[in-house]
Amino acid sequence: MATKAAKELPREEHILPGSRSCAACGLMLTYRHALKALYPGKVIVTVPASCMTVLHGVYPITPVKVVCINNTFAATGASASGIVAGLKATGKKGYTVVAFAGDGGTYDIGIQALSGALERGTDFIYICYDNEGYMNTGTQRSSASPAGAITTTTPILSKLQQKKDMIAIVEAHRIPYIATASPSFPLDLYDKVRTAKEIRGPRYIEAHAPCPPGWGFPNKDLIKMGKLAVETGLHVLFEIREGKFGLTSWSLKLASKGRKKTVADYVKGQTRFRKITAEQIDRLQSFADEQWNYFLERHEKGC
Amino acid sequence: MSELYEIVWHGRGGQGAVTAAKLYTEAAYYQGFKGVSAKPTYFSERRGAPVSVHTRISSEPIRTYSNVTTPDMAVVLDDNLLEMVNVTANLREGGLLVVNSSLTPQDLGLSGPFTIALADAFHASEAAELIVEGNVLISTSILGPLAAASHLVSLENIQRAVAGKFAGKAKDRNLKALKLAFEATRVFRRKPADAVSASAR
Amino acid sequence: MSEVKIITANEAAAEAAALCRVQVIAAYPITPQTPVTEELAAMVERGDLKAEYLTVESEHSAMASIVGASQVGARVFTASSANGLLYMHEMLHWAAGSRLPVVLACVNRGVGAPWTILNDQQDSISQRDTGWIQLYCRNNQEVLDTIIQAYRIAEQTLIPVMVCYDGFVLSHTNMPVEVPSQDEVDRFLPPWQGQGLLESGRFVNLNPLILSEPRPDAQGNLMPGYMELRHRLHEDVLASLAVIHHTDEEFQEIFGRSWGGLVWRYRMDDAEHALVSMGSLALEATRAADSLRVQGLRTGVIGVRAYRPFPASALVQALAAVKTVTVFEKDVSYGYAGALATDLKAALFDAGVSVKFSGFVAGLGGRDVAAGQIVQAATDAILNEPRYGWVDVRGSST
Repeated sequence: MATKAAKELPREEHILPGSRSCAACGLMLTYRHALKALYPGKVIVTVPASCMTVLHGVYPITPVKVVCINNTFAATGASASGIVAGLKATGKKGYTVVAFAGDGGTYDIGIQALSGALERGTDFIYICYDNEGYMNTGTQRSSASPAGAITTTTPILSKLQQKKDMIAIVEAHRIPYIATASPSFPLDLYDKVRTAKEIRGPRYIEAHAPCPPGWGFPNKDLIKMGKLAVETGLHVLFEIREGKFGLTSWSLKLASKGRKKTVADYVKGQTRFRKITAEQIDRLQSFADEQWNYFLERHEKGC
Repeated sequence: MSELYEIVWHGRGGQGAVTAAKLYTEAAYYQGFKGVSAKPTYFSERRGAPVSVHTRISSEPIRTYSNVTTPDMAVVLDDNLLEMVNVTANLREGGLLVVNSSLTPQDLGLSGPFTIALADAFHASEAAELIVEGNVLISTSILGPLAAASHLVSLENIQRAVAGKFAGKAKDRNLKALKLAFEATRVFRRKPADAVSASAR
Repeated sequence: MSEVKIITANEAAAEAAALCRVQVIAAYPITPQTPVTEELAAMVERGDLKAEYLTVESEHSAMASIVGASQVGARVFTASSANGLLYMHEMLHWAAGSRLPVVLACVNRGVGAPWTILNDQQDSISQRDTGWIQLYCRNNQEVLDTIIQAYRIAEQTLIPVMVCYDGFVLSHTNMPVEVPSQDEVDRFLPPWQGQGLLESGRFVNLNPLILSEPRPDAQGNLMPGYMELRHRLHEDVLASLAVIHHTDEEFQEIFGRSWGGLVWRYRMDDAEHALVSMGSLALEATRAADSLRVQGLRTGVIGVRAYRPFPASALVQALAAVKTVTVFEKDVSYGYAGALATDLKAALFDAGVSVKFSGFVAGLGGRDVAAGQIVQAATDAILNEPRYGWVDVRGSST
């Protein structure tokens, strides 16, 4: 059953006031709703070096009421495999093991360990919070950064390549559950994590996590930016369960209504796109159109 | 003084030199030697490439794993290796050379101050139906001529090692191959006494 | 009942891990470690060993996953060699920093480039400063016994242990090994009561960032900062000297075999000259010492079993009365000398022991080292000027 209203969400907060994330952090909001969906129950989170490490606090104080295991940047998938195996081998039952990594730790340095864990069929949930760059180290380019974005390692020419198709890579592992989400659509995010929790085997959720300092927009626009990404088709909300594809939430609405917003609407509110040329906007629009049409077609076919 | 016997085995990857050496050292252990070792000197896993195994058999625990340079025995699992490797170059005087071959020492161009034991291990194994994936396995049959020409380790102890390694049909076939090769061995002795010079070192 | 088997060190390592009832194994194949992983995988698939076997996609992931498993309280095992061990390097630091009782069999192999698959100890020596205990073995029996001891040491100290043995020289060489009964091993090694993350109150629960300054927790207790935790690890690795020594003694009580604890001695009682080495090379040195004695040079051998923690006082004590010390080792710290030689020289200097000291690098990339070569180099070092040198480098002068 889809959650219809925010008041239906569990009231219990697992992240307490005093987190060290930036104000208006898309990751923080993603994590908050994901934890609401993961509890009640026994949860172990494994986290690579990332913004998430900072969010989780500076020893000996943590604002998060969750067993969290830190691991190295490249190791997230393998860490989860080990935790799951260790729990099984020692007869500890009933845990949900969740890996929480950014786009750098997923698309780039962690892709090998992630692929290994998916291929081995590790029974865990992998949540990638995609803030489209190395934000923890100060906004360097990742393979998830959008074309046209200025980052500190693409400072003049902007990023020249389109975003890597991580979903296709994950899907090639034929895992039982894949979903995309956005903290701007918290009910959809909540429902997807709930769904994932009930499935066994590797589950992958990619949440598009807007980053005010990294993308260059006012804190108050966090939700707006996440929504715009969905409305333009740059980020599409869907679920793939056992190979069955379906758009969800706002993307499902757009399937019948059509998209009203353009990439130009999206980029103008973010200073990372301050040098984007008209030609680059056209190319990014084509990228969004192709992606949207591809998912729309899959939605209509149902697979 | 401790007794130390050194053996170098020459074969090709996949032929069974490593297994043969291991079985022989096991048999030597059963014979009462406290120190036995079998060190292969192969490189990557390649079928058909020349390999050698260095075996030591001693009354005392082995304290060296360096290569055997002056063996008491050389065992050659493939007679065409004789063209590539000078297996008798450093063989001790009065030592033993064992070759898997249907030919004669003259045919093989072999002569020197050592005993030569020849047996067609290949046909012995074939007769015992020791064929896996099209390859005739000679890791046990090559031990036949060794037992026939040297008293260092008895046939009984070699049989015990073979029986311990294999089970069921494989065991019967390996024991049969060993026996056939033992019986088919032709020994060309240089010295009437023991085939192996037990040099005390 | 124990049973003597003619097996390789790799088989001995796998037998040992199984006898220790390891619960999670993760490994990635690399020559010459491969047979360890194959043996264990077969044991698990046959059902002889009740454990989770993770066929990981890299060595980094092998260590990452057993670190994960150890963090939730499982007894874990892995093995690697050479570039595989180097690929683990980051995770080796992580395992030690997380204070996890991980045991790793390092099947020593030279490091590329250029490629070699053959033996030296450059791989494990390169991991010297990761906070692991490193033990070096001289034969296959010691490999089996040391892995069993390693779990006792690791679980008592919460420091990971690397059991090192020479690739091919031991890993692929068959020799008699007394394999103890499960019962004996169970008596020596009780089940690991996983002091993992799920059991709170241990400092292994190093949850997220740790800064250098001590900081009060929510209850106002001052908790160690990064530097305090590093200091504690250092102190504990030093203190593990006693644990390694006692573990070997306790092992002897049950199994009747002792390996000398931190260092072992051969013909040292009246020795004027000492050869010092690690692993199988140290055993070869015992034959060299016999020959040197025939030449009239009263020589003994010190085998270094524990390289980290460095048994400085045990070595100083063992070498206090000799006139010369000559180190032979299968590694080099480029730009200076062998790691064992420099460490030992520092220990002797600190203790005010003045000896004629030489160090030789030998046997890199599987270059065969026979006793005669050790005799030749040692004779030169004993009779002539002390020096750092290399054994058997061809086509150039050393």
